[in-house]
Amino acid sequence: MSLSINNVGLRIGQRQLLSGINFDLACNEVVAVLGPNGAGKSTLFKVLSAEHRHYSGDIELHGRNLRQWKGSDVAKIMSVLPQSSTLAFPFSVSEVVNLGRLPHSSGRIIDRQIVQQAMVQADIAHLAMMLYTSLSGGEKQRVQLARVLAQIWQPNELGDRFLLLDEPTSALDLSHQHQTLKLARNLAKQGVGVLAILHDLNLAAQYADRIILLSQGLCVAQGSVENVITSQQIESLYGIKVTVIPHPEQHYPMVIAC
Amino acid sequence: MSSVQASTLDASTLSIREQRIRASSLFLVVALVLALLVSVGTGPMQVGLLDSLSVITAKLGFHESNVSSAVESIVSSIRLPRTLLAMLVGAALAVCGAAMQGLFRNPLADPGLVGVTGGASLAAVSMIVLGGTSLSFISQLLGQYSLMVASFLGALVTTTLVAKIATTKYGTSVTSMLLAGIAIGIVTGAAVGFLTYFADDSQLRTLTFWAMGSVGGATWQSVLSAGSFIAIPLLLIPLHAKQLNALLLGESEARHLGIDVEKVKRRLILLTAIAVGACVSVSGMIGFVGLIVPHLVRLTLGPDHRYLLPQSALLGALFLLIADIISRTIIAPAELPIGLITTLIGGPFFIIMVVYRARSNAL
Repeated sequence: MSLSINNVGLRIGQRQLLSGINFDLACNEVVAVLGPNGAGKSTLFKVLSAEHRHYSGDIELHGRNLRQWKGSDVAKIMSVLPQSSTLAFPFSVSEVVNLGRLPHSSGRIIDRQIVQQAMVQADIAHLAMMLYTSLSGGEKQRVQLARVLAQIWQPNELGDRFLLLDEPTSALDLSHQHQTLKLARNLAKQGVGVLAILHDLNLAAQYADRIILLSQGLCVAQGSVENVITSQQIESLYGIKVTVIPHPEQHYPMVIAC
Repeated sequence: MSSVQASTLDASTLSIREQRIRASSLFLVVALVLALLVSVGTGPMQVGLLDSLSVITAKLGFHESNVSSAVESIVSSIRLPRTLLAMLVGAALAVCGAAMQGLFRNPLADPGLVGVTGGASLAAVSMIVLGGTSLSFISQLLGQYSLMVASFLGALVTTTLVAKIATTKYGTSVTSMLLAGIAIGIVTGAAVGFLTYFADDSQLRTLTFWAMGSVGGATWQSVLSAGSFIAIPLLLIPLHAKQLNALLLGESEARHLGIDVEKVKRRLILLTAIAVGACVSVSGMIGFVGLIVPHLVRLTLGPDHRYLLPQSALLGALFLLIADIISRTIIAPAELPIGLITTLIGGPFFIIMVVYRARSNAL
């Protein structure tokens, strides 16, 4: 049971935004997507979340073509954290998180418990009654995280769950960056497949099971952290000189710009 | 420990909001009934609250009528339809305003501001002026409904046009929506002005009524025919409350929550066009109801459409009913067009909102 992407490409106008993308996402792993700006990472997410429908190739969700899934069913097992959100209406934080329960009809009592737990997980329970519009950028990002967590909180009979995170740490402080990715690891342990777009190579190296490197719409490398995070690979991808050293206490590689 | 505290906090504040919703529904219903009684009692022949009530209950078949037949006929055949029309139109314009604001994700959207009433009005005026000549085939085909159908089509064309202009593949731009709406409003206004050159005297009087709005022409027939067109959107739009809530997050976010965004948009545009078209065809251009009313409801109850839409309907009905009572009494025995009153209140209100939003960089 997984999400498999087979030879996916996308062309908008004259621009080939993605081509020949192949990978599988299992429901117990965290996979990081890395690459320079404009590499096609967010486009890939838009294809996976059925926002771009005229892609070539096939995406299979639990063995069935994604095009044949009903949008309301996909929403029950797959949630997507957007890069930034433009909510300009004064919902309270708990109301925003509660919107994540929209695809489900689990009833108000269960919804309220799930919203509460999701807010604790995203460390925003103390903000529950604040207005979303009054929060800082990082707090807003954690509220959105709690919302997408609430959306896939419980196992569903339609199949294992997936979480797509588009730069989930971009506005977060150091401790919340790690908290968010630890959360992703925990979810993977509970049987959720997590795909995260990240810019911080060291965060990716520390928390991901596998890494996919994108450049100009192509997948230039994918595999285990040790195989992908090499100075040669990073230098050719980003065009700057780097040194890759092992973490002094843990096993994963660290990238240092020279 | 902290999670327990937070959950009790959550529960208690939720119930505070529920209390607020109950209090505000109760207040609005009571105020609406009172305003209804005042409205049917107000005019050259004053009728007391109790007599008004007795005429209405007698009309509903609860008991034999016990007031004079003159009073009864004035109340039941002139003032009651007018009162009901004001309530229906107010409710519909407020709900349409709230729905459009959710759809465009901007609290400044209003059927009047985005050109929808303008388009409906131009179509209605075209029917009035040209209905006997170049558009006679339509009036022959549709009879008494031709005005309403024309207004509806006018509203539908302008809403679709504004939505198409404002929506690119990157989403809906609010600035282009407002600018397109204003431009369409100006063009339709000019076209209406152009048509007035071809109008004869009696048509001119009707046109003035159209430009400034009035519910004075209400008869039972117009209330029933327009009412049935207004009732459908009024009942169906609130069923889209959850989808509108999700849309406030953004279109792709709504899609990720399993909502068929294009379908919801198409439906809501169609429903608002039906309601606005029917309103314009019976009451002309009444501006700003759709802007003020949902804003006031949001200030007290928050932006959740499950409460916003029904409460806006109640407050809209109350607001327009009070505006109509003012329009009939302020320069009695003459009447001030109701659209002037709503615009006099709404214009400054809109400016305050724009200033406030510009200050907080939210426009």
